[in-house]
Amino acid sequence: MSEKPTPKGAMIGTSFRRVDAVAKVTGRTRFADDLNLPRQVHMKLVRSPHPYARIRSIDLAAAKALPGVVGFLTGKDVPEPFGILPVSQDEHALCQDVVRFVGDPVVAVAALTEDQAEEAARLVKVDYEPLETVGSIEEGLLPTSAPLHGHADEGNIHKKITMQFGDVEAGLREADLVLEDVMFYEGNTHLPMEQHASLAVPEGDGRIGIWSSTQTPHYLHRALTKVLGLPASRIRVVAQPNGGGFGGKSDPFHHEICAAKMALNLRRPVKICLTREEVFFCHRGRHPTLMHLRTGFKKDGTITAQHLKTMLDGGGYGSYGVASTYYTGALQCVTYDVPRYRFDGARIFTNKPPCGPKRGHGTPQPRFALEVQLDKAAVALGIDPAELRLKQVQPAGAITANWLKVGSIGLKECIDRVVAGSAWKERRGRLPFGHGLGIACGAYLCGAGLPIYWNHLPHSGVQIKLDRSGGVAVFCGETEIGQGSDSILAACVAEILGIALEDIRLCVADTDLTPVDLGSYSSRVTLMMGNAAIQAAERARDLIAKAVAEEMKLPTTRLVFADRRVFDAENPGVGKSFAEAVQVAEARFGTLGTTGSYTPPRSPGKYRGAGVGPSPAYSYSAAVIEVKVDPETGIVEVPTVWIAHDIGRSLNPTLVVGQVEGSVYMGLGEALMEESAFRRLPKSRSRALVHKFPSMLEYKSPTFVDMPKVVTYLVEDPDPNGPFGAKEVGQGPLLPIMPALCNAIYDAVGVRVDQVPVQPHMILKALEDKRRGGVGRFGPKSFPKLDYGTPLMVPTPKEGGDGRAVNAEEIGIKGGTMTDRPAARTSP
Amino acid sequence: MNADSVTGSFVLNGERKTVAYPEHHTLLEVLREECGLPGTKHGCELGECGTCTVLIEGVPVLSCLVLARQCEDQAIETVEGLESAEGLHPLQVAFADLGAAQCGYCTPGILVTAKALLAANASPTSAEIDEALSGNLCRCTGYRKITEAVDLAAARLRGEDRALPSLSELCGHPHGDHSHE
Repeated sequence: MSEKPTPKGAMIGTSFRRVDAVAKVTGRTRFADDLNLPRQVHMKLVRSPHPYARIRSIDLAAAKALPGVVGFLTGKDVPEPFGILPVSQDEHALCQDVVRFVGDPVVAVAALTEDQAEEAARLVKVDYEPLETVGSIEEGLLPTSAPLHGHADEGNIHKKITMQFGDVEAGLREADLVLEDVMFYEGNTHLPMEQHASLAVPEGDGRIGIWSSTQTPHYLHRALTKVLGLPASRIRVVAQPNGGGFGGKSDPFHHEICAAKMALNLRRPVKICLTREEVFFCHRGRHPTLMHLRTGFKKDGTITAQHLKTMLDGGGYGSYGVASTYYTGALQCVTYDVPRYRFDGARIFTNKPPCGPKRGHGTPQPRFALEVQLDKAAVALGIDPAELRLKQVQPAGAITANWLKVGSIGLKECIDRVVAGSAWKERRGRLPFGHGLGIACGAYLCGAGLPIYWNHLPHSGVQIKLDRSGGVAVFCGETEIGQGSDSILAACVAEILGIALEDIRLCVADTDLTPVDLGSYSSRVTLMMGNAAIQAAERARDLIAKAVAEEMKLPTTRLVFADRRVFDAENPGVGKSFAEAVQVAEARFGTLGTTGSYTPPRSPGKYRGAGVGPSPAYSYSAAVIEVKVDPETGIVEVPTVWIAHDIGRSLNPTLVVGQVEGSVYMGLGEALMEESAFRRLPKSRSRALVHKFPSMLEYKSPTFVDMPKVVTYLVEDPDPNGPFGAKEVGQGPLLPIMPALCNAIYDAVGVRVDQVPVQPHMILKALEDKRRGGVGRFGPKSFPKLDYGTPLMVPTPKEGGDGRAVNAEEIGIKGGTMTDRPAARTSP
Repeated sequence: MNADSVTGSFVLNGERKTVAYPEHHTLLEVLREECGLPGTKHGCELGECGTCTVLIEGVPVLSCLVLARQCEDQAIETVEGLESAEGLHPLQVAFADLGAAQCGYCTPGILVTAKALLAANASPTSAEIDEALSGNLCRCTGYRKITEAVDLAAARLRGEDRALPSLSELCGHPHGDHSHE
């Protein structure tokens, strides 16, 4: 186990009350829609009712005649494209000449009241010429003369990826058992309780500010700079606390850019709050993903090689899709030792709301396929599924076949905990028909190793201002989306300076005032912001210590910062209050301020595509789920979930357990009911694709009464890269839930459902299949044919590779080898 | 003010409030906009999510489905009415301490619904708490900490000296099981 001395403090490791708790329970937290300003007008977007159409004309006359209407924007006002990834700048704040999904925005209207804006939006007449839609992965693979976008790799195939690490076919030949499965993971959406809202405010000198529900103020800042054509220094983005994010507020959105543009035009504040239906249209949720997984096993259950193929239904725009596609392959080797690995991925454009990052970003789908297949292998080989996993857990410090460096790994202990807690050995396979237990594991990043856009800058920065009152102001671009990042920021600083949370004032997520933090995504905030905060706080502590030590004529090493005091370790009664100590330092050095920043370590992978997957650390989880399956109705009940999470170190157990339970909840929703389903209208209505469930009533999510008992085990194995040893917990614990549920269904009734969400009719059909002598399975039957091309060949570490591809030039991949980045800076 | 505005009067968090508002506006809109109390949130404005719940005469009601006109002279309680000069309501304390509020957006609606439950049933079982709150969606917490917080607040309101749960209890372990360290 890794050893890192962790300072003994008052805060870290305790369930301190979160710093925003009282504001949240009293209704004092100000979400974006709670903000209002004098002279503000209200904006609405006119959205396309067609999934794919050319805009013939726009008639604003009737809307303009309405009292109270003050402004309009159409595509020609915002011609500059944007998109979260530099490689897919394919969105416009308002559509230019083509709409690509039901809900694509075409016109923005502003009026004195929200009612007037709504009425005006209804009066805008847009004449559309409907186009033939692409409704599915299969349709998107067909040759086309009119693809949705010009930047796709091939037709409507947005992105194709193929890469091989070691001789996979040879590995499969060495296997005693080769399993081949086709599985499907339906799309689903974040469904944050807060509808996205923004308030854009022009400032007298030609500057514009926007207060918004965004998880990524820095990236919104960049998109606004591009579309508005203003210098970044004249745009201010403030992320208000988000009423839930889960990845759904990570893209720069049309309404944010339109509000800013409208406010600049009208020279007055512009407010917009999306309707719930519009939140469904914004989407950026889980990609529906079809998977083909072929894995070779030795008799003892160890994996010899794996070949994964994925196809993602991307929806109408790029969004994070290229990264999402890489992520469906990136983390397959960080839990178990997969010595040879091939990944082929493709993302397809379809005429639906764009998919993007949702909790687990691209990894829950292949994790589902892998963990269900491991269960099948265990059954085929007569091995306990928990044992099969335990015997091939990656060792700490391993470098995977695809060149990811595993840090600490507490997965074995996680498996042991849930096995013991659920009485797995005594009960699995021995419960009465209809009752079953299933196990699965997962792993996730603690922050992406690379930013969204290429640069050598820190991923997180923190500034500290020390006041002579003893108050400490902490500035950081991090964004509170409910996960508790404000509390972790304050706690890291309080811990180092030995002060209380009440002594700290936070200023966060404001591009005018705070140093950049890349945003609340990829489970990066605790690790990256935490390290930056510790560095800034340690520098502040060292300044104070130097001044105080000089005055007290002691070596600095004897000084202790605790209980809001700075005192002599050998004579604790002798010292100063923290405020006095700050005054001594201010007198000695002048006004006191320090900074800290964090840049992730370099990853050993140098091949093209190696930028997706590296992380300073990986978290691990294991879950056992108990189910009751009614063979008459196919209805599944979940009485209990046992879940263990390798958190590295728990900075605040209450917050950690909250993230674990929230992940279990969201995973069960994905496993049992949540789906972003679409249906086609009849031919008489252009066979248009429409959202089946653009409401919270129809989009089923678990309620209080659906939620099982959750037994949580926190496995603590401090990671050397984590702040105080901590790793992530916001996303990882979701990953084992879906496969563990399907594996439990098999234990209960002996049939396989190879897709999620599992619905009662699927179980009934699988049971019927079994009664008729079939294998007892429900799931996709085939995987579409697609030539993924010649794979980028990257020798594995065990083969003596150096992390580079050997055939990049040969197959014409530009940038097949990544250039080295400068090492992370450790001091200014 | 629009020509179709009306003036209405109700008792808001114990104080008589007279406001002018567009006649067709919901109680939710009037609370947030005319009364300046944005503590009550909205998640759908269609009666689907429970976020906008307030108490009318002590009964939980979806304020997005009620016209302000229907509330004439009635007693309305919102999250802003829970805290008093004496301090936070025991439900608020329990929610804050147990991590029952994460993003906090559904919290106001859940707090007032829970208050109505405890007024009707001082000793609800966990199942009764879940049932009473089953119309309130929360996407962050997985609900269990909310149920535990309501249970803790109920005990304290009954006068029991109930401490915060141990880490073991926080993790959902049966009593005496300390296997998670």
